[in-house]
Amino acid sequence: MLNRRILLKSGGLALVAGGFLPNVFVRMASGATPASRRVLVAIFQRGAVDGLNVVVPYAEKAYYDARPSIAIPRPGSGENAALDLDGFFGLHPSLSPVLPLFKDGSAAFVHAVGSPDATRSHFDAQDFMESGTPGVKSTTDGFLSRAVSGKKVTKPSPLRALAVSASLPRILSGSAGAVSMTNVADFGIRGGASAASASDSFEAMYADAVSGTLQGTARDSFEAVRILKSADASKISPQNGAEYPKGPFGNSLKQIAQLIKANVGMEVAFTDVGGWDTHAGEGGVNGQLSNRLRDYGQAIAAFTKDLGSRMADVTLVTMSEFGRTVRENGNRGTDHGHANVMLLAGGGVKGGKVYGKWPGLESGQLYENRDVAVTTDFRDVFAEILSRRLGVPDLGPVFPGYAIEEKKRLGIIAA
Amino acid sequence: MVTARKATRVLSSLLLVTVAAACASAVPPSAAAAPASSPREAREKALQALNRLAFGPRPGDVDRVLEMGVAKWIDAQLYPETIADSLMAGRLRDLPTLAMSSDEIFNVYEKPVREARRQRKLRAGNAAMSEAAAGTEDLREREEIDRIPPEKRPRRVIEELSSARVLRAAYSERQLNEVLVDFWMNHFNVYAAKGLDRVFITSFERDVVRPRIWGRFEDLLLATAKAPAMLFYLDNAQSVSDPENRPPGRAAGRGRAAAGDTAPLDSPAPLRPKGGLNENYARELMELHTLGVDGGYTQKDVTELARVLTGWSIERDGGGTFVFRARVHDAGAKTVLDRTLPAGGGIEEGEEMIRRLACHPATARRIALQLAQRLVADAPPAALVDRVAKTFLATDGDLRHTVRALIESPEFFDRASYRAKVKSPFEYAVSAIRATGAETDGGIPLLRQIAQMGEPLYLCQPPTGYSDAASAWVNTGALVARLNFALALSANKLPGTSVDVAHLISPADAADPGRSLDALARVLIAGDLTPETRATIAKQLECRTAPADDPSANTQVPLISGLILGSPEFQKQ
Repeated sequence: MLNRRILLKSGGLALVAGGFLPNVFVRMASGATPASRRVLVAIFQRGAVDGLNVVVPYAEKAYYDARPSIAIPRPGSGENAALDLDGFFGLHPSLSPVLPLFKDGSAAFVHAVGSPDATRSHFDAQDFMESGTPGVKSTTDGFLSRAVSGKKVTKPSPLRALAVSASLPRILSGSAGAVSMTNVADFGIRGGASAASASDSFEAMYADAVSGTLQGTARDSFEAVRILKSADASKISPQNGAEYPKGPFGNSLKQIAQLIKANVGMEVAFTDVGGWDTHAGEGGVNGQLSNRLRDYGQAIAAFTKDLGSRMADVTLVTMSEFGRTVRENGNRGTDHGHANVMLLAGGGVKGGKVYGKWPGLESGQLYENRDVAVTTDFRDVFAEILSRRLGVPDLGPVFPGYAIEEKKRLGIIAA
Repeated sequence: MVTARKATRVLSSLLLVTVAAACASAVPPSAAAAPASSPREAREKALQALNRLAFGPRPGDVDRVLEMGVAKWIDAQLYPETIADSLMAGRLRDLPTLAMSSDEIFNVYEKPVREARRQRKLRAGNAAMSEAAAGTEDLREREEIDRIPPEKRPRRVIEELSSARVLRAAYSERQLNEVLVDFWMNHFNVYAAKGLDRVFITSFERDVVRPRIWGRFEDLLLATAKAPAMLFYLDNAQSVSDPENRPPGRAAGRGRAAAGDTAPLDSPAPLRPKGGLNENYARELMELHTLGVDGGYTQKDVTELARVLTGWSIERDGGGTFVFRARVHDAGAKTVLDRTLPAGGGIEEGEEMIRRLACHPATARRIALQLAQRLVADAPPAALVDRVAKTFLATDGDLRHTVRALIESPEFFDRASYRAKVKSPFEYAVSAIRATGAETDGGIPLLRQIAQMGEPLYLCQPPTGYSDAASAWVNTGALVARLNFALALSANKLPGTSVDVAHLISPADAADPGRSLDALARVLIAGDLTPETRATIAKQLECRTAPADDPSANTQVPLISGLILGSPEFQKQ
């Protein structure tokens, strides 16, 4: 697995490197990528993942005091222990496939990050994180849709914003015209033997007969269908020996990778993954969370391996609506909390570091005496990605009512 | 006091009649009442009425309306109780939750999930309840739900309600009533997948909204304010006063117990051990339900109104009913929209404020605008909105008169609004079912199609409800979904829905592709295909023409129907 081949194409120069590619090369490559080829892949871990057992503050005694039965042991304490990241934080051992990405500087974490809103309702917290307006319920569109709409692109693809999900998620609903599909190969006009000619007829009548919204959208729709058909993305098999885990999340990431490699003009891709609401039987090194993280880590590692050098164009980010209580409950689980952890990987990410001001887990340091305090607003993380990677010119409309300030910038994305 | 109130009511309803009469005579002879000057115009008027005040025509409907007279048909639709609709009950027979109380729904559809969860906890060997494990939104409940038979799963309640909405829209004779139910359920949107709202939603539509859409707006508004579905959805159920503003007495156990009291059933409310003011409902009450975002209120008004509404909550016995908890009501003095409420008030100050909001001129404009957007055009003429708002104010928010004023305005039948409005996914699907004379059970496959087009019923997350503007509905994925629906429906490939488009036209027409096309266009869309669309479909038929004497030529009929239903013309109403 460590023997991956990374191809860097830059001005006709092909560079083959064995083993880990030094971080500086990834950055060089990303600097050379025009913003138009860049893709943001956003992943929502629905159900509130327990960030404290994902990126473990093993140097905090309070962590072990609060979690007598589900804590992840300190690194070096045997096989089933946290994997050291930076001398203070360690990674859940089930995420070992992700560790090389952190070590080679292509992945980073942000801890104690989240939404400032106090709600501990999954529904409200997801809603706020997707609308990008914590506390304001009447926002009708999602912030990634507003970000895409605000980009200045000369010839935007009808597939510029895409969700691999059964219905259009809140985060992408709005004027960006995002498309959702569960199966890329299926998208198009279905009608048995007459599908192709029916599709042609529809295209012709919409081109001729109407003006305005319907006509423009129809043009986009048929172009999207055509692009997907000619790209035949579903036939593109994983490269570099990447193996996606079986299951919906691996399948989603595999399809997103196919679309990226097929160059269909996608700028933002979104998918979600559930199963994180571990009120009981969460477990520590083994248990529900461990199983979910194994699938999750394998899928993300396979995705980065599959895309290889193309990861220089691709920035992957994960989010979850809130964290979980510092103290474990009576069922070897945790309840709804506040701050959480985000993973960033790929193009532009200044990896190998856990970002964010750590608020501490001692009793006086907790939010409402029970949860990790939020020290970084999730919007500041996205602000960096959107402005530096995707070239969104104005973040004002993306996060209305929220000031993006230089002093809050984490510096997690290379300028 | 009661008698005084009654007297006012009688008086105001007397006034109503006179105002309405005055209005009717003041308005220039309305298009509906004016004699149609040509058969074509008359047909267009009948179609306009059927497209906007109904979910589109069924085969033969245009003739029936013409025979009756458009104005008379509209009159009848404005008094739905006068229209016989006896067949509906039979169609809804297999949807038992429609008639259940929230209590019953809770017992049948929520308890098994909770019981399964409890059992699992016992098995886990630890009886200690974790605080949020009792949460109603527990995503983990999926595994428990998987073990429950489908017909007993909580989801079933929303499915049955959605099926009923489709069936009534498709088959009820009281079409305008169904159009307005759709309008008001959207105006007072509740996202049914938020926790216990899946228990409350059935009663919300049946007991709160449906009985009041022909009455006065303030009664509808007040009923929604006290509805468990709304109290839960917009969090007012857990909004409690700051401790220092609570009424004196009963000091013991106020803090935690009070917050627990506001918890509907076993909601996650204990997660806010101190409790506090929640402004969500107060904000949306003004921004969405009444005044509108530019209606002239401030953040201070939102906070003050939220204080007024503290203690409006849900009784947690059984399926949940409205309760006013005086103990957690903010007893301090408040000022909302220039109205000062002295200290010591109770539930009556919230009722007063809601009635004031209901009759506010900004509310009249907003309701008039929204009705005009639904029934006339995405951007309705200002004169129309003004006129309807005036009627709303003059009739004390009488919704029947308000709707009538809109329909009887010349703008309603203006040529500019004929087939000028894009159908919502729900309108599109139902109008196609009506046009083809399809028989549907309104089941999951059809509901899924509507969801894929972008309008999952009862599942609009933001309190804004779904938009009434084309721009919100017309997007790449949704349009592809519409075209696929048109083809699948016409080809009779939608499980639970049966259609035979060949029987819509005569065998002689069916045998010839060109004649099939024209005959189907007449039945499905009153012949309103543009020459370009007709030519496109005709060309497609030429490419596929079988020998003229081949009887299998009529296998093209479903395809022609699919192309017509998918056409740009059929997307519009």
